[in-house]
Amino acid sequence: MEEEVKQTGINEQEEYIINMGPQHPSTHGVLRLVLSLKGEVVKNVEPHLGYIHRGIEKMCESITYQQIIHLTDRMDYLSAHINNEAVCLNVEKALEVEIPDRIKIIRTIMSELTRIQSHQLFWASFGMDLGGLTCFFYGLRDREKVLDIFEETCGSRMIVSYNCPGGLMYDIHPNFQKRVKEFLKYFRKKLPEYDQLLTGNVIFRERTVGIGKLSLEDAISYGVTGPSGRASGFSCDVRKHEPYSAYDRVRFNEILFTEGDTFHRYFARIQEMKESMNIIDQLIDNIPEGPYAVKMKPVIKLPEGEYFQRVETARGELGVYIISDGNKNPVRVKFRSPNFVNLGVLNHIARDFKIADLVAIGGSLDMIIPDIDR
Amino acid sequence: MNKTELVIFVKSLSQECEVKEGRQFAEATVPASSLHSLAVQLREKEVCSFDFLVSITGVDYGQDLGAVYHLRSTKHGHMMVLKVRTNDRENPHFDSVTDIWKSADFLEREVYDLLGIKFTNHPDLRRLFLDNSWGFPLRKDYVDDINIVTK
Repeated sequence: MEEEVKQTGINEQEEYIINMGPQHPSTHGVLRLVLSLKGEVVKNVEPHLGYIHRGIEKMCESITYQQIIHLTDRMDYLSAHINNEAVCLNVEKALEVEIPDRIKIIRTIMSELTRIQSHQLFWASFGMDLGGLTCFFYGLRDREKVLDIFEETCGSRMIVSYNCPGGLMYDIHPNFQKRVKEFLKYFRKKLPEYDQLLTGNVIFRERTVGIGKLSLEDAISYGVTGPSGRASGFSCDVRKHEPYSAYDRVRFNEILFTEGDTFHRYFARIQEMKESMNIIDQLIDNIPEGPYAVKMKPVIKLPEGEYFQRVETARGELGVYIISDGNKNPVRVKFRSPNFVNLGVLNHIARDFKIADLVAIGGSLDMIIPDIDR
Repeated sequence: MNKTELVIFVKSLSQECEVKEGRQFAEATVPASSLHSLAVQLREKEVCSFDFLVSITGVDYGQDLGAVYHLRSTKHGHMMVLKVRTNDRENPHFDSVTDIWKSADFLEREVYDLLGIKFTNHPDLRRLFLDNSWGFPLRKDYVDDINIVTK
């Protein structure tokens, strides 16, 4: 009998290879992880990418700058507005266009609303990954309120495409300010529920505190940005270091922790929602009158040269690098997407934890697969 | 350090590289042979300490293939650009910087996948998004009759 068991390999000490994904609910998309296991302990994680690689960078080489905006929505679809803004800022910087205050302030408010709804969905799905289905309903319930504001002003709920080089596609809806204030009032009451449901929950804490620790040196070396990096103490908030749009005229705190574990990656996002609400508070009553877009030429040609612009999306630092030869199409566009770089750290922090912890760690990095594959 | 100081400093590190003030950042163009040694110095020297590799971009310039490294110092807050080029289109290769910045692992694999630039000493250089039957789609001479419409 013992001989038989040995032959089938149950008691063997070798590593066991298993596929997680591409259709696994906790990977939030089509990401395939090949795991080497020893018992239940993860010894190596190897991501296999490309299931929704659409070649966005190649497509950008044959279209105009106005058209690129619509592709950037499809990368990180939860930070659609911020991605648009990155390309617009880069084009405006290259053309040296002066942007009026009204546009800057509306862009900042919309960016922060985008960040709030993204973190709401993170909270919802992270709770669900760890077995708390109530979170999913609560998170989506509140996110609908933001999406309704988007729908009224942008005509679209998620893939907004509200920016264009030189300003905004159209003016804000007359109800915009009223509805944003209503939402802030509503969400300030609801945010403590998030803490009651998840942050203080004993089971949740057992599964997240001390799991998947990332040190400050490794966070910088692996280039982990956004709330995931700031949970390790990596001060990488582009809004603070290189303020764009109206971030230089608002006061907010950069959320920094030093622990760098799964719990603090989660908690940084909860705190960021509060900061985002503070930013909107300071701006919503101060939208000046004026045009919603600067008049631009119908065909935009960037002067010959190279342009780099960084913005802070809900997941980290998005860099847009454009090389132009003076024609209406760029020679090369590179998107330094935060998720792609953040994924590189997964093997490092998930090693020697159990498979169930890998789900928690992967969830806390808040991965969006279309942003990884592009 | 500001842009001008960085240009002077990088010039003092290596005689072989061309350094100029770009529109946004200091830009250094190095020959492929001294890329790794300059990168180590930029990472280790206390006054510049570029400890954060923001991105690696592979570029097809038409004749040449190249890679563009955006570096940032989290300590001093300055940025610079490091460029390297080769005219060998058959077997382009640069030294890998994975031993200096760990984020280079995925970034270099992406460049290899889409442009076919090899990085010597990379621990695990395989294609990342596409399988081996593909060419290198970000090269300008890449032909795809079905999916690319030429006007």
